[in-house]
Amino acid sequence: MSDIALTPNAFEAHHGGHEHHHDADHKPGFFARWFMSTNHKDIGTLYLIFAITAGIIGGAISGLMRAELMHPGIQYLGQWANTLNHIRGGGDVNMDQARHLWNVLVTAHGLIMVFFMVMPAMIGGFGNWFVPLMIGAPDMAFPRMNNISFWLLIPSFTLLLASPFFGGADGGAGTGWTVYAPLSTQEAGPSVDMAILSLHLAGASSILGAINFITTIFNMRAPGMTLHKMPLFVWSVLVTAFLLLLALPVLAAAITMLLTDRNFGTTFFQAEGGGDPILYQHLFWFFGHPEVYIMILPGFGMISQIIATFSKKPVFGYLGMAYAMVAIGVVGFIVWAHHMFTTGLSVNTKMYFTAATMVIAVPTGIKIFSWIATMWGGSLTFKTPMVWAMGFIFMFTVGGVTGVVLANGGVDDYMQDTYYVVAHFHYVLSLGAVFSLFAGFYYWFPKMSGRMYNEFLGHLHFWVFFIGVNVLFFPMHFLGLQGMPRRYPDYPNAFEHFNTVATVGYMIMIAGMGVFFVNLIWSLIAGKKAPDNPWGEGATTLEWTLSSPPPFHQFETLPVIDAGDSHHH
Amino acid sequence: MKRTTRTALLAVIGVCCSTGLAWASVPLYRMFCQATGLNGTTGRALRAPGAVDGKVTVAFDTNVAPGFKWNFKPENESETIDIGARDMAFFDATNTSSQTLTGTATFNVTPAQAGIYFKKIQCFCFTQQTLKPGETQRMPVIFFVDPAILKDPDARDIQTITLSYTFYPVDSAKTPS
Repeated sequence: MSDIALTPNAFEAHHGGHEHHHDADHKPGFFARWFMSTNHKDIGTLYLIFAITAGIIGGAISGLMRAELMHPGIQYLGQWANTLNHIRGGGDVNMDQARHLWNVLVTAHGLIMVFFMVMPAMIGGFGNWFVPLMIGAPDMAFPRMNNISFWLLIPSFTLLLASPFFGGADGGAGTGWTVYAPLSTQEAGPSVDMAILSLHLAGASSILGAINFITTIFNMRAPGMTLHKMPLFVWSVLVTAFLLLLALPVLAAAITMLLTDRNFGTTFFQAEGGGDPILYQHLFWFFGHPEVYIMILPGFGMISQIIATFSKKPVFGYLGMAYAMVAIGVVGFIVWAHHMFTTGLSVNTKMYFTAATMVIAVPTGIKIFSWIATMWGGSLTFKTPMVWAMGFIFMFTVGGVTGVVLANGGVDDYMQDTYYVVAHFHYVLSLGAVFSLFAGFYYWFPKMSGRMYNEFLGHLHFWVFFIGVNVLFFPMHFLGLQGMPRRYPDYPNAFEHFNTVATVGYMIMIAGMGVFFVNLIWSLIAGKKAPDNPWGEGATTLEWTLSSPPPFHQFETLPVIDAGDSHHH
Repeated sequence: MKRTTRTALLAVIGVCCSTGLAWASVPLYRMFCQATGLNGTTGRALRAPGAVDGKVTVAFDTNVAPGFKWNFKPENESETIDIGARDMAFFDATNTSSQTLTGTATFNVTPAQAGIYFKKIQCFCFTQQTLKPGETQRMPVIFFVDPAILKDPDARDIQTITLSYTFYPVDSAKTPS
């Protein structure tokens, strides 16, 4: 944010010191650099590569689902299930086993996109890359722990990807990303156990990462950078880290109980032993609701940086923006049962959770309107990151509005588990979070790679993707209102029209992704060399004072932040 | 201690608290259900307060876990009783398998708001039941509906309370014989 003004000293610290430069750029050999990395930028890069890989897999799975859903009836599912079972070494499967594969696809898509795409990209990728740079720190507080955080994800993802290949014709975890008991305690075979262990590892990775971010942000800010001068992206990662720290252990405990229920005869969630499957839902959503903010808050931070940069103005209402994120984080812990409106809550309980949920619209509204107010009267330039950021504001607002609709306990009795819910959470995540990821990617690509991306391809990617995802997800509102339930591979003919439209939208979106990958590869190979600060005077955070890409080790002499009260200029 | 170590330790304490809270939620949730009747959890009492003005129908629902070879039926499908008065209902269970089976019954009532007002004085479900092959047993439950239900705006209009039982095998909860 422009709330940081650098003294000339700060520039000298890393531009003037040529005798340091040689040391600062000394890199270890390939294996040591990428497999034993303790460098926050390299680990950030690894996270981004991981997230893009996982995104391709998760996106391909959604392509399978959209292909099957394009027309009523079951077209391909049986064939896919047979193929999969042949790989497992079995024969052809029956219809129920084919339908089980549908549940496996739904589960895999959800888990991959949440735990292996959005979270690693937002927190592991951009968080690692830019939190130390933005606060003027040489690296993260615990570089080796940072390495563990990343490498835990590899076995975690491997476990999840391998799980469908075990357990014979009924194999694969078909529990949904929520892993609800009693479904998850009754599905036999090793697949669900593998998925649960995968979540354990991913959770451990994120908790270690959260400890690292909290320690880094609280202790390693450059002299003069008070909490109230921190760039909003750093604020967003700080709040996210606290959510991870307090929410993930609850998930870990809940899925540990699932694991012992499945394997060691405990009855935490089994009615026959006095347990209650509803307790699992409470525990899951006590984690799960903060989790949805974990997935979007770093996006909020990125959008704030980008909107301010391309409006050539400091963000409107800096403190309000920071504390709106804190408020969203805090209130996010006391609204979980709005995911459980149909589990027999009393009217009063529903009223509380409806009201508390709607309260979140207030800080969220503060953010939306502050972004608009930042643009208002600003000197706008519509570079690729900016159009993605504006796309984010539009998409997230649509998803936010349907969220307010669903927050009503009474309305939710009708809407729950319909495509309306699918549309809602894809507008905030698949469109909100992903738009912010692309905005951040284009914004920081020159800094990370040292090369400019292609502006035309960036815009083309935006427009094709924007049209694609809206054609894909907007009709789902109609399908949901008409009562089409989630998580089925088939539907009555009446729903065909909008399902076909949605699948066409998917194809458009995939074309957009093609443009992205062309741009990515082209820019890495032949992109123009990026200057230190390609965005001009609007880009005021510390990473733009460094070379592009930054030296292997930066800020060996700490930058000094102007003590003057600069966010009112 | 270095500042970074201290911060990290505080964060670890946060993780431990959160983990502890999640595990503590198991007994806390049970206590909460018993105290509030959440999810139709019923209560226990020593004696009934006596009939007051008002009637309610109690319907009986019986289930057995899949694969558990018992025949389990109420003697009457439902009974209309005075609120506050003691009532006794009987259930018949027959072991249809060729081996001795021990079962235990879980229970709750719907609508869930009635849970806290549904009090059992004695119930076959408080203990385990063992039946020899082919044996039939008559099992009683003694209960009453607390007159306080008439003062609860969420529950006073309830005309039928369904008491539901499900018998599960005791020995091998995971793999019913």
